[in-house]
Amino acid sequence: MLNCREVSALLSDQLDRRLSLRERIGLRLHLAMCRACGRVEGQLRFLREAMCGLPKQHRGVKRP
Amino acid sequence: MAAPRVVAADLEEHRSYLLKFAALQLRQKEVAEDVVQEVFVSALKGMDGFSGRSSVRTWLTSILLNKIADHHRKAGREVSMDALAEADGEDAIDALFRKNGHYVDMPQAWRNPEESLADRRFYEVLEACVGRLSAAAARAFLLRELMGLSVEEICKELRVSTSNCHVLLHRARLRLRACLEERWFASERGK
Repeated sequence: MLNCREVSALLSDQLDRRLSLRERIGLRLHLAMCRACGRVEGQLRFLREAMCGLPKQHRGVKRP
Repeated sequence: MAAPRVVAADLEEHRSYLLKFAALQLRQKEVAEDVVQEVFVSALKGMDGFSGRSSVRTWLTSILLNKIADHHRKAGREVSMDALAEADGEDAIDALFRKNGHYVDMPQAWRNPEESLADRRFYEVLEACVGRLSAAAARAFLLRELMGLSVEEICKELRVSTSNCHVLLHRARLRLRACLEERWFASERGK
C-alpha cells in the first residue's frame, strides 16, 4: 500500500508522463481512501492552471 | 526540408512568457527586459537556426537560458545551478512528511480556487512562493509549467536524467502547494 508521500510523487508524475497500470491502480486505491491526497491531486492541477495565467498578469499590472 | 517560417509577429506572441520567466529567474525586472530584448535580437538574426523540430517557444527558451547564463557570468556571479547535485541531494520536502509518509500538516480543502485566478494579489503570492524554491527546482518547474517544455526537453537543458527531472518537479509542486495553502488559502486574503 502506498503512503501519502509516495502518492504525492505519482500525483506530480501524472502531469508529466503516463503512469504504468500498476502505478495507476496503486494511486486509485489510495485516493479512494484518502481525502487529503484527493485534494492534493486537484490542487496540483489548479497550480498548472494558475501558471497559465501568470504571463497575462505582467501586462495587467502595468496598466493604470 | 524547409523549416516553418518564423515571422516577427510570432516572436512577439512569446514575449510575455519570456519576460515572466526571466523576471522570476533574475528577480530584477529591468534586467529581465534587457535580457529578453537580447533574445529577440539573437532570434531574429538566427532564424535560420530554427530547425522546426522544437516549438518556437522551446527554441526561444533555450536562447533565453543562454542569455541568463551570460548575464550571470558578466555580473561575476556564478549562480549555483547544479540540478544534478540538487536532485541527488537532501530532500527539500522532507519537512512536509512524517517518517511513515503521512503529511505533517494535512492538506486542506481550498475554497473557491477559481476565484483566486481573477485576483492579482493571488499571483503576487504565487510568484513569491516560486521565489522560495531552490534554484534547480524553480527552473525545472518554470520550464515545465510556464514555458510548456516537455520533461525530455527540460532534462536536456538541465543536463539531468529523466528521474532527476521528475524529482525536481515533484519537490517544486509540493512546496508550492504548501506555500499557497499557508500564504493564501489558509489566510484571510484567499477568502
